[in-house]
Amino acid sequence: MRDIELRGMFSAHIILVLSIVFSTLVPSLFLDEFSVTGTHLLWLCVCSATVSAVTIVLYLLLETNPTSSKKNSPSSKVTKIFRSCLLFFISCVIFHGILVLYGAPLLVSFRETFMFAVLLSTFTTLRCLCMLGPNVQAWIRVFSKNGAMSIWDTSLQITTICSLFGAWLGAIPIPLDWDRPWQVWPISCTLGATLGFTISLVIAPLWIYWHKKHLTYKCR
Amino acid sequence: MPRIVTVLTLCWSCLLFYAGLGLFLSGFLLVRVELRSRSSCGEAPMPSAWGGRQGEGVTPDSCWMARRFSKAIVLIIDALRFDFAKYDPKNRNPKPFENKLDVIYHSVISKPEHARLFQFRADPPTTTMQRIKGMTTGTLPTFIDVGSNFASSAIQEDNLIQQLVQNEKKVVFMGDDTWEGLFPNKFFKSFPFPSFNVKDLHTVDDGILQHIYTTVEGNEWDVLIAHFLGVDHCGHRYGPHHPAMAEKLMQMNKMLRSLIGQLQNDTLLVVLGDHGMTNTGDHGGDSEGEVNAALFIYSTLPLFEIKPAEDSNVVSQIDLVPTLALLLGIPIPYSNIGMVMVDLFISEPKLDDNQYLEQAKALHINAIQVNRFLESYSYAAKDLPVTKLKYLKELFSTAVMEYNDLITIMQKSEKIVPDQDFHTRFQNLLITQQRYLRETKEVCRESWARFNPAHMLYGIVLLAATCMHCFLVSETASTFESLYKQLLLYPVIWGLTAGLTVYFWMLISGIRLEPLMICFWIAFGSHVSFHWNFWRLECKKHNHSDKLIQSSNICNQQKWKSWLKCFIPLGILLLRCLAMFSNSFVITEGQVVSFLLKSLVTFTVLKLKWNGKLNSYCLNTPFVPDIQKNSGSMSYKRESCYLIVFMMTFMVCILFSSNFYHCREEIADCEPSPFLKPLSRISNSQEKNFHYILSVSSLGALVYLIRRWFLHYGNLNSSHLVVFFIRLGFPFIVFCLCCYWAVNAASEETSIKLQDLIKKIMIIIPGIVFVLVITGFLIVLWNPITVFIKDNRESDETLVPSYKDSMATEVDSLHVVPLIYRKMQKAMSIHFNDNQTKTQTMAAYGLGTVYSAALITILTLLTLLLIMLHNERMSLAFLLLFLEGFSFLEIHGTTRNLSLQSNNTGYFFVPWYAVTAWAFTATQFFYATGHQPTFPAIQWNAAFVGFIEGHSTNILPALLVGMNTFASHILFAVGCPLLLLWPFVREMKSCKSKNIKKESGDEDQVMEMRLREKPQMFSAALLQLGMRYLFVYGVQLLASVCAVAILRRHLMVWKIFAPKFLFEALGFVVTSIYLLITFCFIMRVDVAVNKWFKELLLKQSR
Ligand SMILES: [Zn+2]
Ligand SMILES: [Zn+2]
Repeated sequence: MRDIELRGMFSAHIILVLSIVFSTLVPSLFLDEFSVTGTHLLWLCVCSATVSAVTIVLYLLLETNPTSSKKNSPSSKVTKIFRSCLLFFISCVIFHGILVLYGAPLLVSFRETFMFAVLLSTFTTLRCLCMLGPNVQAWIRVFSKNGAMSIWDTSLQITTICSLFGAWLGAIPIPLDWDRPWQVWPISCTLGATLGFTISLVIAPLWIYWHKKHLTYKCR
Repeated sequence: MPRIVTVLTLCWSCLLFYAGLGLFLSGFLLVRVELRSRSSCGEAPMPSAWGGRQGEGVTPDSCWMARRFSKAIVLIIDALRFDFAKYDPKNRNPKPFENKLDVIYHSVISKPEHARLFQFRADPPTTTMQRIKGMTTGTLPTFIDVGSNFASSAIQEDNLIQQLVQNEKKVVFMGDDTWEGLFPNKFFKSFPFPSFNVKDLHTVDDGILQHIYTTVEGNEWDVLIAHFLGVDHCGHRYGPHHPAMAEKLMQMNKMLRSLIGQLQNDTLLVVLGDHGMTNTGDHGGDSEGEVNAALFIYSTLPLFEIKPAEDSNVVSQIDLVPTLALLLGIPIPYSNIGMVMVDLFISEPKLDDNQYLEQAKALHINAIQVNRFLESYSYAAKDLPVTKLKYLKELFSTAVMEYNDLITIMQKSEKIVPDQDFHTRFQNLLITQQRYLRETKEVCRESWARFNPAHMLYGIVLLAATCMHCFLVSETASTFESLYKQLLLYPVIWGLTAGLTVYFWMLISGIRLEPLMICFWIAFGSHVSFHWNFWRLECKKHNHSDKLIQSSNICNQQKWKSWLKCFIPLGILLLRCLAMFSNSFVITEGQVVSFLLKSLVTFTVLKLKWNGKLNSYCLNTPFVPDIQKNSGSMSYKRESCYLIVFMMTFMVCILFSSNFYHCREEIADCEPSPFLKPLSRISNSQEKNFHYILSVSSLGALVYLIRRWFLHYGNLNSSHLVVFFIRLGFPFIVFCLCCYWAVNAASEETSIKLQDLIKKIMIIIPGIVFVLVITGFLIVLWNPITVFIKDNRESDETLVPSYKDSMATEVDSLHVVPLIYRKMQKAMSIHFNDNQTKTQTMAAYGLGTVYSAALITILTLLTLLLIMLHNERMSLAFLLLFLEGFSFLEIHGTTRNLSLQSNNTGYFFVPWYAVTAWAFTATQFFYATGHQPTFPAIQWNAAFVGFIEGHSTNILPALLVGMNTFASHILFAVGCPLLLLWPFVREMKSCKSKNIKKESGDEDQVMEMRLREKPQMFSAALLQLGMRYLFVYGVQLLASVCAVAILRRHLMVWKIFAPKFLFEALGFVVTSIYLLITFCFIMRVDVAVNKWFKELLLKQSR
């Protein structure tokens, strides 16, 4: 049971990684001037759109959320989708606020900052939405020491922490006077977040595999 | 006893730090050996026979070279930047500083043989005193001299003034009184005026103008020096882009015109700026604007060759020294390394003479003098590189040989044949001579940036060892008190023994006594002894514990856990230290620190969440789905909401405080915060009023909030003098400050009568504030207890009325923190069994916060004082500082309470994250109060708050400016014990009662009285806190020391790293001193509290 689940997770994660790679490489075939640093905003849009699309499709295929297994009426489904969209938007706004509090410019590159917030939301909130449903209580529960109830929860913890940490690390080289194109706000941060996310996608199944014995999910 | 041990240990660690710092400074700060030799007329560099044709020789009152002028007027217009003196007739729309000195332009255009304008390159540091030194001695100042601008002591080296006096010239001086300090008793006549008061634009200039014309007319002088300060002060006060600057420059123009009209034939006029200014009007660094000054030379005799209209020539500032000396016919000062300006040595009779002869002669004399200086200098100091010296020597001898050759040729062939070959030889000679002089200057410039690597290394080692010492002591603070003999006493004794041994050894072997080396040995001895003792004890303990606990696995795991706990805060501290090694991070340090600070606090709160401390019960307990729906599976504590609110406040405070940052010149497109401009500089009256109201209301809010805090914890009930002072004194100081600001901001275009009144007010009000603040300190020291006891036995009416009129009954009933006299009584009942019968309770208002109330009183007093030393608009920054500090303390207190739900002893430890964050906040507010670690950014105005007329000594202004600069360091150092106290203040009733349910009736809040109950643990906790704070600061200091030592050949050393290091070092010293004082103060409060309890007991037992 565990191993199958783990294998499923691993393949799902690999697909996600591939989708990120895809979103960076493929558009340059169609667009002449596409590059990650040059047309950063476009890349941000493409990347977050691809990742969110792939995440949702994977979720629909895999049905990772154990609690949603019972049949729901269509109307409740609609409200659920509506709630999810609302929550996603709120999380974007909150991330934007946090970025500003952390020193992002307020007005100058508003679009870039907001897109960065959207990217972060796709890496974190969207996955929460897919795995736990629009249930904020459950989200809060997952993010504590003994909060994980399945390996999916654990992977959620790892990916979220890694993407946020990557974004944090990305802010560090900004003040250096190297004058590289990627030092412009928010490129280094978005790259950091994406890298962190990608790495965590690979690492999470491996980590779970190695810590199999210590991971016991009490409330399964 | 434990109190003394704590204070002494802290003291000793501070001294160890100072020793390391001093040693490093002695190796790092550049020193140049000053030679005391003087040039004299007798030791002419060449026989007069060579000095040209026979018969002409040297005139009787000339030395070394025939003088061209018998008189000279040197006008120094302080901070005359080159573009101030330029004139562009095409410029239709000149800025306030442009096109004002048209007299220079017109004389240069109309009489090109008589006048010329030069770019005058000053050597950094561009402070006035350094420049005067450079311009009179002809040497390069070293970095260490910057700091001595306050204490300008007489110049010991040979200099122009000295030479003039030696050759019986009458030197008359007027203007900036710095000169009087540099050349005491040298002037024939002098009219010094106070220079330090930057706000005063006119006193010096008007004083000079009063005397200068009459002096010039009367012939009682040979050299006249006038130093105008108006332009410089105008720059400091308003910046160059202000109409006042235009006015000032126009005045200078007028003065110059009339002086030129008065000039006689044998007089040389030199007008120069000692340095320039930045676009904000400051100076001290080495930016283009500061270094590029103007030099204008004029004489009624033709002086220059007519040259094709070039833009202008560039000369180095020290080049003026030999030039002036030779033109006036006096010896060149002994240690000069400047090169004569050859343009000024055109032979007078142009047709029949060799046009290059005069120039070659001047350069030859100059070269011989420089060579002589180099020889004696390298003999005395040995810090010039030998290979370079050899090369210079060769260059010199070729130049001399060639010169002699040419002279002999000239003397042989009486009639001069100006053939082409001869001319090229002369030209080549000039080039060689100039090369020699120029390269000498370069060699000197390079090697006087020399270090003593050994001292630097020892200093770094000492600092590192002391950091280690602090860390170890802080980790073992709880047991330190019992081990103080091994860990404090023996090291001190060992250190002193080592120091004494070295001292006697030095005495016996006759080596020069070096106090620094003795300090080093003392520190070294104590370190060795400390570490030896410490690790020996550690080993012993390990052996013991190994025997006791067989399975060291658990032990190891616990160790790892505790290490991980402090891993993140210390990791962030490490990041901050690494940031010191990069110039871009140093430049943007304000942002870097606030980013790290925010990360640290966020991380702390998130970790609390991760550990599930915010939930009110354990997650894993099975729960019923119904409850899950109704009350939510996680019923979060009220505190988590609280935490989020305070986090937001904290972040927003940091965000807002970044509006107060000053700009560094390295950042190209940076606007300095508008708040740095004092109100008096705002011209729009509506804006002025708005900002006045803003600053007044933020000050009012600050004091009001503090008062609320006191009220909340019931500290304003008693009728002690302290409380009286808090209630009335604080508002009165605020009122005084408001008046002071209003007067200060008033525009200057008022009548003279009012001016006088304003001047008086400007002295009196700050005086009142100073006195009040000092009185406040004394009162708090005398009796720091703000506790009021309400005895329930008696009816309320008997006691209450005395204060009730000012205190609402609602406040009385709501904000009472009843302390729990019962608890105390219980403890006492052991001693006084007969007391048991009386079971009445007493309420002691504010007993729970005795310590913090006293500390906050001190903090408030200090803040009010510091606000006065800043400009009025900074009061908003101080309000933010208080809010940020308060919200951090709240976060800290809540976090501690949540994570220590059952652990009572845990309260006595201040975790690393809190200490690190506190130190970071101090650094962040260093920037957010408008400071930068650069010299031009120092706010010298602080020295004149309340002392408009200037100072007679240097200590007081240094103190005031230091307090202004390190305001946030001071405040946070004084507030440091709050980190220990706040968790007690925020002690939560609910969790206490839950955990100690068995002892019913014991659930009252004891708050800070726990500290009193366990004096041993209290002083251990203080020791640990102090050591950790010192460690955090010490590590930062160590990082900046290492940065400056490793990068000492970096391009940016003198611009970025060295000032940063000096500020860091000063900040450390200030912090440690205030930390020690605060800890002593806390001890004082503790003693007072204990005494108070004893008295209460006595009363009770009666
Ligand atoms: Zn000056
Ligand atoms: Zn100045």
